[in-house]
Amino acid sequence: MHKLWLIIKREYLIRVKKKSFIIITLLTPLAFGLFIIGSGLLAKTMADSKKSVLVKDDTGIFERNYEGDGNILFDFTHADVNDLKNTYKTDGYDILLVIPAVIDTSFKTHNAQYFAEEKIGLTTLERIESIISYQFENYKMEKAGIDKAMLDDFKVDVGLQNGYTMETAGDEAEKSTATDKTGKLSLIIATVLGGVMGFLMYMVIFIFGSMVMRSVMEEKVNRIVEVMISSVKPFELMLGKVIGVGGVGLTQLLLWVILIPVIAMIAGLFVNDPMQAAQMTDAMSQLPQDTGDFSVAMVLAEFRMLNWWVILPVFIIFFLGGYLIYSSLFAAIGSAMGDDMGESQGLMWPIVIPVIFAFMIMMNTLENPNSSLAVFGSIFPLFSPIVMPARLVFDPPAWQIITSLVLLVLTALLFIWISGRIYRIGILMYGKKVTLKEVGKWLFRA
Amino acid sequence: MEDILKIDRVVKRFTNLTAVNEISLNVKRASIFGLLGPNGAGKTTLIRIITSITGADEGTVYFNGEPLNKFHPTKIGYLPEERGLYKKMKIGEHLLYLAQLKGMDYKSARKVVLEWLDKFEIRNWWNKKVEELSKGMQQKVQFIATVMHDPELIILDEPFSGLDPINTNLIKSEIYKLKEKGTTIIFSTHRMEQVEEICEEIALIDKGKVILQGRVDDIKQQFKEHKFEVSFNGQFNEEMIEGKADILDRNQDSLIFKLHGETGSNQLLMNLIQQGLEIKSFSEILPGLNEIFIREVEQNAL
Repeated sequence: MHKLWLIIKREYLIRVKKKSFIIITLLTPLAFGLFIIGSGLLAKTMADSKKSVLVKDDTGIFERNYEGDGNILFDFTHADVNDLKNTYKTDGYDILLVIPAVIDTSFKTHNAQYFAEEKIGLTTLERIESIISYQFENYKMEKAGIDKAMLDDFKVDVGLQNGYTMETAGDEAEKSTATDKTGKLSLIIATVLGGVMGFLMYMVIFIFGSMVMRSVMEEKVNRIVEVMISSVKPFELMLGKVIGVGGVGLTQLLLWVILIPVIAMIAGLFVNDPMQAAQMTDAMSQLPQDTGDFSVAMVLAEFRMLNWWVILPVFIIFFLGGYLIYSSLFAAIGSAMGDDMGESQGLMWPIVIPVIFAFMIMMNTLENPNSSLAVFGSIFPLFSPIVMPARLVFDPPAWQIITSLVLLVLTALLFIWISGRIYRIGILMYGKKVTLKEVGKWLFRA
Repeated sequence: MEDILKIDRVVKRFTNLTAVNEISLNVKRASIFGLLGPNGAGKTTLIRIITSITGADEGTVYFNGEPLNKFHPTKIGYLPEERGLYKKMKIGEHLLYLAQLKGMDYKSARKVVLEWLDKFEIRNWWNKKVEELSKGMQQKVQFIATVMHDPELIILDEPFSGLDPINTNLIKSEIYKLKEKGTTIIFSTHRMEQVEEICEEIALIDKGKVILQGRVDDIKQQFKEHKFEVSFNGQFNEEMIEGKADILDRNQDSLIFKLHGETGSNQLLMNLIQQGLEIKSFSEILPGLNEIFIREVEQNAL
């Protein structure tokens, strides 16, 4: 036990002390922070660039009804278009908008022109379009004698929400307005988050698994392994390596879990004073049409509503289980390989195929989190480390999580044992190309 | 308890080869024992069984009279023929690591490692990385790693390969010192002149079996061919030894001959003296281990 600890310590420290590890571990959250600052600055410049538009509205519709908008300021004029073209710039407007008169009141399309010296962004353009079209819509309704308030009354926004989460979420009054959007929003968040977690597992398995494999091969090629196993059992050496490298992965993960939110928060403070953020969300929600946009505040609220106290620990257990299964397999394969990685590539498929399968099931799970394939994938222990984290956000039944966890732990133990048996023979095997069949035979050798 | 190691009918089979086939050997405490044999004879496999790296299929290895158990590896030091170190580790921490794996606590490990580094005058290597050292320098570090935990039994597989004469002598003298202290050394090599120089007893292994074993002197006696060399002043003619010996080689003032079975060397020498030859030297030519090795292995191949 003491020796195992010594091995774990060495394998862990030698990697954690490496410059590349420190750089990557610290740089990733920093990059995250920079991304936030960058996109914040971008939003800021966008918000700063308020456009003032001079409108010559020959229809009179727009002018009559328009109430104002946060980012685009409209001023109205009746001067001659040709004169305006020359003067709008000097009068301090960015854009000249000309809306010709309506001839046929049953119009379905209406073309307006704009004049601008600088190129106008697509967003601004679409914004202006939607504002005008909203006004026309109102106008036409009025014309047809439809009471807008009455029409609004007819509209029913259907929000499909998970009944179970509804029961647990806050008080009724507040919800009635919120849920119609959050139902969909939480689904989007769950899909993204599930995808991120599944993908993370997939990456972790390959990155840290191959780290274990390379290190085993190095020991074998280096010939230190014979010195080592004259002091410790091969199994201890393998297990120590697997645990040590796993510790490195866990360290990195935990540091990120702590550092990324902290840096994100600092970066957030750095970019936005809250006033501006409020203004921005305000501006967005003022959009006359419901375009499916969600405010940052809503996303954050949704994030807070996820039960992280279940998701995070379970994720970490699946991380460990999946890591143990696959990295011990990687260790076994590494021990069977010679110094030539290319030559023994065929040994890799027992790892690659299940991982790829799991990844595909995971992608499918994001769309159908409760399909039988998803349920199978999240319980079958070779797939569950990748599939279950993706499903976790969709609140799978507890019995499935527990079954999956139990199977995962048992399988991890089994695979460590199997890999140990292959490893102890593989590391002393030199100068021979090994086939999978032979590796299989090692299992049963005394 | 004279023998530190007793190997009793040990067998190790691989899929299509019996690497060790009922080998029995005894190694005396505080002796230097040569384990010889051609490539692929089964030496390495036998060593791996002794060091608990692999298990035997049949038979038992006794260490200090007990069957091998998990505590014995800490009392054995093994320098494999194919050796290596972790390239990225510093010499000091590497040796500390290996010493602790051999069961030493940090403090005494540190003390011992420093002692050995001082002994070889390489204390300033403590913070050097393994990859910065030459092959021969690494070899020294490796030797320290083998002996630092003060094992009762040290197994050295080709310990001098890649070493210059100065370092060879350095290691050799350390081996003798260890032996004086009571450490037993098993020495495996192909270099027969080293065996003759260093070992007291040997075992010659071929095709998984012991084909020859015993004290080096005894083996030489056993294989002696009654060859003598005599050098002299005066006139020699062949009649002087007629019927008693065959001349193998003859020079102006020396002679190599082989005695016939029934004639004693004293008798022949007396003859020569009586016939007026002035003898300068007279010595028996014993076969070298090299010859014995080659002859025995070739015979075993038949």
